[in-house]
Amino acid sequence: MEASKVIHAIYTDDDVLMSAVKKVKAERHHIEEIYTPFPVHGLDKAMGLEPTRIAITAFIYGLIGLTVAILMMNFIMIEDWPQNIGGKPSFSYLENMPAFVPIMFELTVFFAAHLMVITFYLRSRMWPFKNAENPDPRTTDDHFLMEIAVHGNEKELESLLAETGAVEINLVDKAH
Amino acid sequence: MYTFSNKLKTFSFILMILGALGVGYGFMTSHKSFEEVEHLLAEESHHGGGHGEEASHDEASHGAHATVNTHDESKEETAHAEVDEHAKHIEHVQHQIANRPWSALYVAAFFFMMISLGVLAFYAIQIASQAGWSPVLFRVMEGMTAYLLPGALIVLAIAVASGTIGHYNIFIWMDPDVVAHDKLIQGKSGWLNIGWFTVRGLVFIAGWSLYRHFSRKFSIAQDTAEDKSNFKKSFRISAAFLVFFIYTESMMSWDWIMSVDPHWFSTLFGWYVFASMFVSGITVIALITIYLKSRNYLEFVNENHLHDVAKFMFAFSIFWTYLWFSQFMLIWYSNIPEEVTYFVTRFQDYKLPFLGMVVMNFVFPILMLMNADYKRIPWFVVMSGIVILFGHYIDIFNMIMPATVGDRWFIGIPEISSVLLFAGLFIFVVFTALTKAPLLVKGYPFRKESEEFHY
Repeated sequence: MEASKVIHAIYTDDDVLMSAVKKVKAERHHIEEIYTPFPVHGLDKAMGLEPTRIAITAFIYGLIGLTVAILMMNFIMIEDWPQNIGGKPSFSYLENMPAFVPIMFELTVFFAAHLMVITFYLRSRMWPFKNAENPDPRTTDDHFLMEIAVHGNEKELESLLAETGAVEINLVDKAH
Repeated sequence: MYTFSNKLKTFSFILMILGALGVGYGFMTSHKSFEEVEHLLAEESHHGGGHGEEASHDEASHGAHATVNTHDESKEETAHAEVDEHAKHIEHVQHQIANRPWSALYVAAFFFMMISLGVLAFYAIQIASQAGWSPVLFRVMEGMTAYLLPGALIVLAIAVASGTIGHYNIFIWMDPDVVAHDKLIQGKSGWLNIGWFTVRGLVFIAGWSLYRHFSRKFSIAQDTAEDKSNFKKSFRISAAFLVFFIYTESMMSWDWIMSVDPHWFSTLFGWYVFASMFVSGITVIALITIYLKSRNYLEFVNENHLHDVAKFMFAFSIFWTYLWFSQFMLIWYSNIPEEVTYFVTRFQDYKLPFLGMVVMNFVFPILMLMNADYKRIPWFVVMSGIVILFGHYIDIFNMIMPATVGDRWFIGIPEISSVLLFAGLFIFVVFTALTKAPLLVKGYPFRKESEEFHY
């Protein structure tokens, strides 16, 4: 259930932000989102986010790339037209394999890298002409913003956030 | 301070004694008379074991014989030449059988020496690059490099002894008879002669040992020093040593390994041997660290350090494969006869070790150590490490054996005993050295950072 009202607490220091996150988590409030101008080391852990699985996808993409390379060259060089090119043994894939290794390697890397990047874009919803979802442009420069859903407990939340060192606390109506 | 447990000490002595017995047995059984070898070959060809016939084609392994054989010019002496050919074949096999314990000893000696040389290079790199994660492991590395001086002297001694008291059992270019009939070796004799070989070897060993001696001295002095002057000194000598090392390591690999095939040469051979020694050295750092940690001697070492070491094992396994493949593929692709014989003999007679080592040194570590979580699990690293070490033993085996014993290879008593002998010696020297100093570098500027290292 998306809350229609949220609180935006703004911080100016990543250390303050980190301790605020821990405090808010300890009070068992749900943090909707945090906007920072740069990666804050350990923030994902403090928020309790799941580890990424993008490395696993990359491994699978690499295997796909390797398979594509093997099938492609096996068909072209061995099955379809096994020419004698400079005495290379085109009788079976294995016999001529050392010559194919550079391509097998490159396609593995190519698939792993590019498909992983595309996966990243899809999962994080990034594409050209996408409208920026930034609630406050200052978070791209030197401010940190924590967004917390409000369920009728704004007074309590506001005082908690003020305690954690927020420089600005705004109640925002997110009604569409 | 570390105390050398009696159990481990006894274990190392047992290894050395067992190894020495086996090595002795290997030498005692390797002197076969002409008739014995003739009988052996006759039996083998009766059993249809292709050994007999194959052996006659493997002159490539002792290229010198090919040139020796060319003086059967006169046609009227064909019958005579045939008998000659037969006798030569038997002598050739006899020589190969006699070479086996020498080569087995040499391979094992080199393998353990290169572990400690690899660690020394790694240590120097850590200091010169001012690494922040590794200082807690410095004492482990210093302990391991204690084996370098005795180990390298033993390798050189075996090499020289094979040409002086032995019957040119490892290096064919040491045999004046062979050189007299071999234009190619004659052309290289300015470099390949026993005197100059020995002097070079001693210079390499002296340089490495001097660096080891002083870096250890500065490291211990830094523990109690009030300023950082010892650190600065060790930084400077590490940088200088790395320059010295990369030249001498390259030359060492030509001398001690590549010259077993004096007709063959490869330009990236030095790097290839380096990759092998580097990855084995790092692997043994991981193994000894895990051992000491399990005995509660390294409470400042955590799984993050292990993770970093395992990353090096992983990365340098791939680096080794890259060099191995580059060397193989360039020669395979161009297929120039004088170069390709090297791989032809290995492919014909050493298929299993030659391809098996690629599995052990590449496929296994890449799959086992790719996952970040696995790199933090000690038994996982130990398991991969043992496979990597076996793989690199086979690597050295593949470099030396085809040139000395040809198709007469086997991993039997001489090989295993030699490994046991030097493993025992290595354990004894290294763990004795570990007892000589505290296991944590106290005054090293990056100690704090290293203790709190996490990844």
